[in-house]
Amino acid sequence: MFSSILQTLPQVLIDGLALGAIYAVVALGYTMVYGILELINFAHGEIFMTGAFVETAVLFIFQGAGWLTDMPAWLSYVLIILIAMLVTGALGVGIERVAYRPLRKAPKLILLISAFGVSFVLQDVIRFIAELKTGNYIISTPQLFDQRYQLPLSSISSWFTDASVKANTLFIFAIAIVLMIGLDIFVNRTKWGGAMRAVAQDRETASLMSINVNKVIVLTFFIGSALGGSTGVLFAQQYGTIDPYIGFILGLKAFTAAVLGGIGNIRGAMFGGIVLGVLEMFASSNLGILTGGNFGAEYKDVFAFMILIIVLIFKPEGIFGKAIKEKV
Amino acid sequence: MVAALITGLLAGCGNGATSSSGSAGDSTASTGDKVIKIATQSPLSGGSSIQGEAIKLGAQMSMEDHKEEFTKLGYSLELVPYDDQGDPKKGVANAELIGADQQVLGVIGHLNSGVSIPSSVVYEKYNIPMISPASTATELTDRKLKVVNRVVARDDFQGPAAAEYAVKTVGAKNIFIIQDKTAYGQGLAEAFRDAAQAQGATISGYEGITVGEKDFNGVLNIAATQKPDFIFFGGLYAEAGLLIKQARDKGIMAPIMGGDALDSSGLVDIAGTDVKGALYSSVAGDISKLPDGQEWTARYKEAFGKNPEGYSVYAYDSMTVMLDAIKTAMGSGTEAPARDAVRDAVRATKDFEGVATKVSFDDIGDNAYAKVFIYKFADATYPGSLEAEIAQPAK
Amino acid sequence: MGKIQTMLQANKLAQGLLLAAFILVTAGAVYLIDRSVTAFLLMLASLLLLYYTSFSNGMKWSIAVFLLVIVIPFATSGGTSRESYMEVATQCGIYVAMALGLNIVVGFAGLLDMGFIAFFAVGAYTYGIFATGQANNFISGELFPLSGGSFWIFILIGGFIAGIFGILLGLPVLRVKGDYLAIVTLGFGEIIRIIFNNLEKPVNITNGAMGLSSIQPPDLFGFQFTFPHQFYFIVIGILLIVIFAVRRLEHSRLGRSWKAVRENEIAAQSMGIPLIRTKLMAFAIGASFSGMMGVVFAAKQTFIDPTSFTLIESITILVMVVLGGMGSVPGVILGASLVTILNLQVLTEFTSWLNQLSQQGIFEVPNALSPSKMQRFIFGMILILVAVFRPHGLIAARNRKLPPEAVKDPSPPLSKPEVQPD
Repeated sequence: MFSSILQTLPQVLIDGLALGAIYAVVALGYTMVYGILELINFAHGEIFMTGAFVETAVLFIFQGAGWLTDMPAWLSYVLIILIAMLVTGALGVGIERVAYRPLRKAPKLILLISAFGVSFVLQDVIRFIAELKTGNYIISTPQLFDQRYQLPLSSISSWFTDASVKANTLFIFAIAIVLMIGLDIFVNRTKWGGAMRAVAQDRETASLMSINVNKVIVLTFFIGSALGGSTGVLFAQQYGTIDPYIGFILGLKAFTAAVLGGIGNIRGAMFGGIVLGVLEMFASSNLGILTGGNFGAEYKDVFAFMILIIVLIFKPEGIFGKAIKEKV
Repeated sequence: MVAALITGLLAGCGNGATSSSGSAGDSTASTGDKVIKIATQSPLSGGSSIQGEAIKLGAQMSMEDHKEEFTKLGYSLELVPYDDQGDPKKGVANAELIGADQQVLGVIGHLNSGVSIPSSVVYEKYNIPMISPASTATELTDRKLKVVNRVVARDDFQGPAAAEYAVKTVGAKNIFIIQDKTAYGQGLAEAFRDAAQAQGATISGYEGITVGEKDFNGVLNIAATQKPDFIFFGGLYAEAGLLIKQARDKGIMAPIMGGDALDSSGLVDIAGTDVKGALYSSVAGDISKLPDGQEWTARYKEAFGKNPEGYSVYAYDSMTVMLDAIKTAMGSGTEAPARDAVRDAVRATKDFEGVATKVSFDDIGDNAYAKVFIYKFADATYPGSLEAEIAQPAK
Repeated sequence: MGKIQTMLQANKLAQGLLLAAFILVTAGAVYLIDRSVTAFLLMLASLLLLYYTSFSNGMKWSIAVFLLVIVIPFATSGGTSRESYMEVATQCGIYVAMALGLNIVVGFAGLLDMGFIAFFAVGAYTYGIFATGQANNFISGELFPLSGGSFWIFILIGGFIAGIFGILLGLPVLRVKGDYLAIVTLGFGEIIRIIFNNLEKPVNITNGAMGLSSIQPPDLFGFQFTFPHQFYFIVIGILLIVIFAVRRLEHSRLGRSWKAVRENEIAAQSMGIPLIRTKLMAFAIGASFSGMMGVVFAAKQTFIDPTSFTLIESITILVMVVLGGMGSVPGVILGASLVTILNLQVLTEFTSWLNQLSQQGIFEVPNALSPSKMQRFIFGMILILVAVFRPHGLIAARNRKLPPEAVKDPSPPLSKPEVQPD
């Protein structure tokens, strides 16, 4: 039993890290918005999905214009990410303006209901567009990098089988790391980042300190959504097929990651994402082996939700978060 | 306040009364016209909408071909397409609506067996015959309902036929099975598994995935450790395409085979060049090889601006069988036939020559001439090339 | 205009006459006209009209029961579309009962439950497993399927088991509040569905994705219920009990505790409200309504599988509650009826009408924009618009007001002062 788990371990780690990197960057969006507004921005999963569709649209435009063959693949990749970030960032700001700002003083329940509403509207609007343009809402996107590398691990030790890695997976790692480091520097070293942290700590006091709270909130939504959108691009390139419903469950899992790391905590979200990705991949590869075939890979989502529920019940402040006493 | 609401509602009532009397005029006008309606039920939205749409269009085409004939008899034909969304609940609710509309004499549908099974119970209540161009689950006809018929093969014929091909022709010894935990995927995968075991192959794994997922690396990692020489997938084309691609990414080069749900151009879009070498069994034949097939394909393309899918022609044939039965049930009379007469006439269909298949319904509504076809993607174009054609063993 | 208003307000007789005229016209229209959605909707609207009259409560109730039990079934029996009207009315009743259950959890107790459909599934499977041969897989003796006569007991058993599941969900989530609660319940709903979808091994309990078919229809002294117009009476019966129970609960000690917890948990606790018991009761009672209707659903469909219990169903019920007005019983009834009718009749009919137009070549509607596919969009818009512009829903919840002298009354706090219900 253990030998077969060990055999696939390198491959599980590679796949898990790729998935985890995606969860981590999406989780950043949840965590930033929560840190400032104490709102779970449910529409974030859909912003991620929109990013994936923007990627496909831009890629088709590039392809139509013949630019793809003229430009090096990495350049088009970076360009597409930037475009997707701009579009989804703007979308995030728009959502905040229309569906959240009028409700800032309303009970939390109402805000959450509005967030769910936005999420469903986005799913269907994207579906209209995709179906109108292509006749089907499941869309395949051209791949920029399709190289695959075999890692001959079995020659190192007979414990392992060979693993393989896609060029795109490496690209995901690179982009995710750049984004996370960039965000960390932005939040901790810049003036605007400082303003964000101030608003997160105490909105009213921050506004007394001549910080424009509305601007900070808009900026937070822009950055959080842009991060979500950029992950959409990575996702579309990694799996090659997208549909308007990819965002919901993935968003939930990314939220789980954010909770795991301590919601509101940026480094925690990165950590939570990676951990969740690896755990989920490990579960779906090994649940069958561990339970003697009684419970197979089909239970992996149950596994992910169980983690969420257990963390929320026993350590709701997450691994890196601080427990907050409720004030009356 | 309250009174304002009442007066408002009363005003609404006045409007409503006029508008409803307007619709009364409409409906009496249409009953005077002697309309015969046939409904289609298939998923026009959702993951299987390509095939669902194909069923609707195929049926529509046949109806248009027969319109003139029925006009001479004094009837206008009307197609009522319903969207079952691949959802049993929606299918049943639609079936009640269909049952309530006395002008509907038959149903062409559904795509998914999971929807066909509960909906057929409703049709049975109202005596509306249904002909499915696609549902393959054994349970559909095994319940011996009077209204249920299908022109395609059963799963306990398709699965074993695929297994026989895998073991005997491809020479598979160590088979890994993946299924999507839907009624269709699981039914097919189980039929395949049992038959493959009976043929002497070992089943080294039997795992489930979730519809709508995009990352199947977990399941494929399990497959990789078992080093299978053949992989069978029971599920839909969207997941199949990703599964094929991700398996090749991992360096799993064993042939991958699926069932009739892979018989869709969507598979090639998703899997791209990796689709080469993939196999699928289908209950639908390659019509371009059939005598009238090419002409039919050209007409379909002209009418709807797209290539037919595998089920299009089966829906066409189903509709033709249905209309044929209505004519038989009408006999020489001028009245529209009763539903139970149409139902019995459909079941009595013998040796009907369709475009894609001959049709003879047996006593539970299965088509005695149904065949299973095995296709292989020689290159990344749909449809694949026909590898084998397996006729149903005589009962 | 103003004169008519005041006159109507004062004159119950005029109200009654107008209402009777309205009912007669619409019921007559439904009886005479085949397949008229407008007439059917207007006939249902008479219930809403009734709500706004100034009759006494008892009077309103008797008229409502008269309408539901006699007028509506009779009026729809006129044409050939009887079964489709009754199908809609039956589904309406099922969803109203579920929405009332969710209203207890979300509206009264303020606990946002996003996985409510799980309890419906539990109810449906409770009957489904024992009313088919499925239970033989884990209980020896070939005792199953149980006959359709057991349906009536199973309504209670289904409600009871769903209530237990409600408590099972409630226990761990007691520590979780607000947004987190929404996520945990959502996760719970998905877990239940996935488990039902996979529980065909190691022991085959739910038959997995294949679902359970040929479920026994209800049977009363040899009379089998199969058609929608027969199920209609079962549903109306249960629904009336549910509405009665909800109305009683709302103003009971428990109901007031729920509202106190909703408004401020800590304050409520310090006033001596047992937090745990109050919340668990909300989950259990809400879930049991849903479970009862699950049993009816399974018997009506005769087939259930896990695809009927997806997240979108939970959202649909939430939309009903939010649209109608959280915490408002008449509001939730209205919201649930509106959404069900929209879903089943309006969208379907509108789509087939558009379809006819495009078949006749009048104008082409792209398939992507077909209204029956726009469910998510419509629901999403309802959620946003209601949240932003009408957070209290169509009919806002009203708290019962005590007359000032009742408050001054120095009677001991536990004895309830007698007041007229609003």
